Amino acid sequence: MKNRFVLALIFCCVLLLSSCNRGSGTGKTVTLNVYNWGEYISDGSEGCLDVNEMFEEYFEENYAEKYGFSVEVNYTTYASNEDMYNKLRSGAATYDVIIPSDYMIQRLINEDLLLPLNYDNIPNYEHIDPDYKNLYYDPDNTYSIPYMYGWVGLIYNSNVVSEEDIGSWDLMWNESYRGKILQFNNPRDAFGTAMYSLGIDVNTTDHEEWQAALDLLQKQKPLVQSYVMDEIYNKMKNGSASIAAYYTGDFLTMYESNDALGFYYPKEGTNVYVDAFCIPTCARNKEIAELYINFLCSEEPAVANAEYTYYGSPNLLVRENEEYIEVLSEVHPDAVSLLYPAEEDKVTATYYHALDDTTQVLENDLWAQLKIESTQSTWIPITAWTIVGTLIVFLGFGIIRNKIRESKY
Amino acid sequence: MKYISKIYVALVFMILYIPILVLMLFSFNATSNTGAFNGFSLYWYRELFRSPEVFDALKNSLILAISASCIATVIGTAAAVGIVKMKNRVFRSSLTAVTNVPMMNPDIVTGISMMLLFVAIGTFIGLSDKLSFWTLLISHVTFCLPYVILSVLPRVKAMDKSLPEAAMDLGCTPVRSFFKVELPVIMPGIITGLIMAFTMSLDDFVISYFTSGNDFQTLPLLIYSMTKKEVKPDIYALSTLMIIAITILLLLSNFSGSKDEIDRKRHQRMIRKAEKKSAVHTQNTGKES
Repeated sequence: MKNRFVLALIFCCVLLLSSCNRGSGTGKTVTLNVYNWGEYISDGSEGCLDVNEMFEEYFEENYAEKYGFSVEVNYTTYASNEDMYNKLRSGAATYDVIIPSDYMIQRLINEDLLLPLNYDNIPNYEHIDPDYKNLYYDPDNTYSIPYMYGWVGLIYNSNVVSEEDIGSWDLMWNESYRGKILQFNNPRDAFGTAMYSLGIDVNTTDHEEWQAALDLLQKQKPLVQSYVMDEIYNKMKNGSASIAAYYTGDFLTMYESNDALGFYYPKEGTNVYVDAFCIPTCARNKEIAELYINFLCSEEPAVANAEYTYYGSPNLLVRENEEYIEVLSEVHPDAVSLLYPAEEDKVTATYYHALDDTTQVLENDLWAQLKIESTQSTWIPITAWTIVGTLIVFLGFGIIRNKIRESKY
Repeated sequence: MKYISKIYVALVFMILYIPILVLMLFSFNATSNTGAFNGFSLYWYRELFRSPEVFDALKNSLILAISASCIATVIGTAAAVGIVKMKNRVFRSSLTAVTNVPMMNPDIVTGISMMLLFVAIGTFIGLSDKLSFWTLLISHVTFCLPYVILSVLPRVKAMDKSLPEAAMDLGCTPVRSFFKVELPVIMPGIITGLIMAFTMSLDDFVISYFTSGNDFQTLPLLIYSMTKKEVKPDIYALSTLMIIAITILLLLSNFSGSKDEIDRKRHQRMIRKAEKKSAVHTQNTGKES
């Protein structure tokens, strides 16, 4: 009876193994490996379009005969540029399409990890806003096509923060909101807030300027409730914090569940980022990858992605899509002007460039100084050592008692 | 004192189970807010069943966990039986220590070293995809093995050696005696090992992170990649379903374990009775002579 149970288990296991290998045997399906940020594409949840499935069908209809195979999109996700970089660098996995951010694209180009794109296969490139073409990381768009962009702005709770305090980065240093402020939990963005506030170039290599930024962050520390990343969503939504710097698209997501939240771009300037499609050198189906990129730049999928993420789309077709504008305006009355500001009130913003090695070391050192020199958590090591001490005393006592007992007998 | 011990137990259970209860509660929340409960709804469960990404990842995780734990159980059981039957004591104890290494090793060391090995071998053979489902499977089997061995080994040690001997005496081949006599005796250990290996494989993140290729994303990897934006409550709903499934699995295994306990007690009682009888018998025969 139990024998049969084991046999059945093995049988199930074999069945499952064979089922997961589907498709590869027929030889008529080509897999396109797409590696993207988590939650960064319209994936069919909450009633939106499944863009990857759409591409498979689109390819089936238009190209299957020409190429003699059909395509299956294998979509996997990462949490940060660095995660993606490590995976790519290790040479372990092959990807056909990746979507890194600006500074990472520069780094990948410098390390010869990207393939130049063939624009004959990507005619939809013409729909990209010229403002987002030929940016610093890829001066003539040889390697990349912009996918999404966004700015960092300040999110505040209008029930707590008074209107006269808003407008600049100083809000994050305002004494009257002690314990209500959230700061980024990564060095680049946190130092960025201080540097913009001081009017320092965020890509500086000058040690004194970095030190000045650290001083400002240390001054801010007693006011900060906590250093967080994705917890910002919950803290801002439920009102346990009132001030945080984050991205426009994410503000719109938060606004959906808490309409007391407000948002502005600080007047001193802020950070802008662009994420762009690239094809790494390890790609196996470059042409299919280009078709995929081209497809995502066409109207319907681009609109679906922009509606899903709420980030800014550099695609002009998206901005002219009435349905999209309507959806955005329903989310927030000013959403359109926040994501696509008119010419006269353009956001003054700079990109983060990849820092050189010495500056990176300095940044990490200073960040460690900021995080370690904590005033309120001295009791943590004290309790920890007390517990360890008590344990050692008890153990020692037990051992000695045992020894004494043994010696008695 | 009695009160203190009761409070202590309550405290321990609170710390253990309140996080899970909170998670379950918020999976039924009507909004995605985790600060306040805005009313009961099954919205996130519906969302969960609609999102293909999460389901694909769950399917992948289950395929991996089931196959890894089955393979690890087969290899681990064979290893445990083999280790006990070894004659050389030094060799035996050192082998036991060596098999425990993947368990004691920090996950990150196992993960990175595995990745290096796979990439090196892949480059050597000239594979285009150095990491794939198969490398993931190999690494999962590796770190699941010690748990299986650890739970099967005591069963094999505690087994009455005369049982297989008796079976072979009565005409069983060694293989047949293993399957008919030894395996049923050590079965509870095997099942425990299987369940342990299954759960370890299902929730592993670190090793999977390093050894997974581009074709296979497990659930922990997917959830991690979601943390750039927020983790949506459909993941809470999924976690709730998984907790319920695992609780049922554990209850079942406990139930089968207790049944086995009853069997063993009955068995022991019978042996004792038989011994008594034979003792009485020898006494009687002694008197007669």
